Amino acid sequence: MSKTLYDKIWDEHLVHEQDDGTSLLYVDRHLVHEVTSPQAFEGLRNSKRQVRQPNLTLAVADHNVPTSDRSKGIADVESKLQVETLEKNCKEFGIKLFGMNDKRQGIVHIIGPEQGFTQPGSIIVCGDSHTATHGAFGSLAFGIGTSEVEHVLATQTLVQKKSKNFRIKVDGELSIGVTSKDVILQIIGKIGTAGGTGYVIEYAGSLISSLSVEQRMTICNMTIEGGARAGLIEPDQKIFDYLKDRPMSPKKDDWNKALDYWSKLKSDNEAKFDKEITLEGKDIMPMVTWGTSPQDVISIDEKIPNPESETDEDRKNSIERSLKYMGLKPGTAIKDVKIDKVFIGSCTNGRIEDLRDAAKIIRNKKVAQHVYAMVVPGSGLVKQQAEQEGLDKVFKESGFDWREPGCSMCLAMNSDKLKPEERCASTSNRNFEGRQGRGGRTHLVSPGMAAAAAISGSLDDVRKYQS
Amino acid sequence: MQKFKTIKSIPAYLSIVNIDTDMIIPKQFLKTIKRTGLGKNLFYEMRYNEKGNPIEDFILNTKPFNKSKILIAGKNFGCGSSREHAPWALLDFGITCVISSSYADIFYNNCFKNGILPIILPDTKIKELSDYSKRKEEITVNLEEQKITYGNNETTFEIDQFKKKCLLEGLDDIALSLEKNPKISEFEKKLVANKPWILND
Ligand code: SF4
Repeated sequence: MSKTLYDKIWDEHLVHEQDDGTSLLYVDRHLVHEVTSPQAFEGLRNSKRQVRQPNLTLAVADHNVPTSDRSKGIADVESKLQVETLEKNCKEFGIKLFGMNDKRQGIVHIIGPEQGFTQPGSIIVCGDSHTATHGAFGSLAFGIGTSEVEHVLATQTLVQKKSKNFRIKVDGELSIGVTSKDVILQIIGKIGTAGGTGYVIEYAGSLISSLSVEQRMTICNMTIEGGARAGLIEPDQKIFDYLKDRPMSPKKDDWNKALDYWSKLKSDNEAKFDKEITLEGKDIMPMVTWGTSPQDVISIDEKIPNPESETDEDRKNSIERSLKYMGLKPGTAIKDVKIDKVFIGSCTNGRIEDLRDAAKIIRNKKVAQHVYAMVVPGSGLVKQQAEQEGLDKVFKESGFDWREPGCSMCLAMNSDKLKPEERCASTSNRNFEGRQGRGGRTHLVSPGMAAAAAISGSLDDVRKYQS
Repeated sequence: MQKFKTIKSIPAYLSIVNIDTDMIIPKQFLKTIKRTGLGKNLFYEMRYNEKGNPIEDFILNTKPFNKSKILIAGKNFGCGSSREHAPWALLDFGITCVISSSYADIFYNNCFKNGILPIILPDTKIKELSDYSKRKEEITVNLEEQKITYGNNETTFEIDQFKKKCLLEGLDDIALSLEKNPKISEFEKKLVANKPWILND
């Protein structure tokens, strides 16, 4: 029978299946961070259990770490305790950790691929919903809860039921100024935040294969914003080239064996998908969110919608609530919306290509007077690379703050946050109420669009600044 | 895990759709290294003003809903972050059953690991049940019979039988999986032979 890539990875990892379909799957790679793991390690200790395969887990502190000078440690007592607890737990259970001052430290979904820990055809989990990012490598990667983190540590397996198959094809080419961030925002706008619930999405089509590895990660990263369990893309030569010689990639003979296996990872031609949609590259514009859910998205040329024209009662109420929170009026051109802050970073858009994209726009220009703008590289290695290329200077000269790596204002768990009613153009993935700080107002955009907004001081069209 | 018993309670109704886990428990409370103590911060930003004082008309701040064991909410409940702090906060507040027309996947699974029953019902039934919240009348949730009783009415709900058993018996997932140890070892042996790079660092 013909199978999808998801079906194949699933079958390859099946340790046991009950009559009702409840399955025990083997986990190849497990990523751990400080926020969702302390209770899991505590659980292990309480029940006197061991970590079954310490080598298959990699830990890093990212959510809580300060992005300013780190030489003085973490000022916040609770954050400090959480980071120290991770260090203690990793030591006790023999797990490899990139500590706060390790130059390889960074956002968990950035360091996995960077180190070659992320590999095609494998099952990768992490106590974090954006684990979907790793699907860009043709792996089945998804977020789990803390109880499941404990389960993986103890058994190297996970109890799961199979999801359905959903294929999203994007054909054609990206227009100038349009990025993979705009592609995924448009997809979420189309299917809604629950449109993928119960599914694993495979992204396919000529536009998807034309994307770089990093651009693919941006797409898979936000799959969870469409409610799907995971998102993946068939691995190709670009992926293999990317992984070659990374510190944790297979070596020598193992590399050849792995490559042989990876090259066969694809959905069969006849494979059946339970749901399928197609998008055309030429219809995708630079996008921006106006509301408090990633599905509240329009192109930069559009106006903020009017709840009165909605027939669905729930939708109408939700638009009203969003507009009130965001302090916006229906019918306003989104380009006329003034901003206070700009955040470039996160596991969605904190990689080197993202920084290059933004730097290209900002070069020789200035951040608007009233705007505070910051760049938070996704990892220590991204930061180092950017500095080698002189991007830090480009940003600093134009008035951007250049920070240390971490999650930072993507979720505002450290001191980087919005004040009530402050408005931010952000390259992160969630515009939920309070996500970037209580009362803060988030507009999700691509790195180029964030740079354009920084210059203009209001949401703006990146194409205006493209030479 | 506590065994799930039949519950009788006046339900609290939150008509908002797409309630995300950032709303259920905002990030400043994720710095804890414990599972308990989060109940007082459940729905923090809707429940307390900027000074930290309770917002009087928020449903969970008012009697009798401050004692509700059942929460009824709009569709796509629990979307967003995977934080298990969301079910921990609900549980710590005293809520052991959520009723909605749909849930985000990770949240839904997390509930079962903590003895919380997430029930899926069609919108029409949600409307009927929410009336009982407005009228402050009790409803009864019986998992064994997969049945909700309200006034003289009754409705049934679907649930995965294995998940039901785990809730009713308060089973520990990890212990169950550890019983499969021989199968896991066998799997790993094959892994070493067929995909050596997985276990070889
Ligand atoms: S950058 Fe944001 S979305 Fe990504 S892992 Fe960190 S907090 Fe989560």
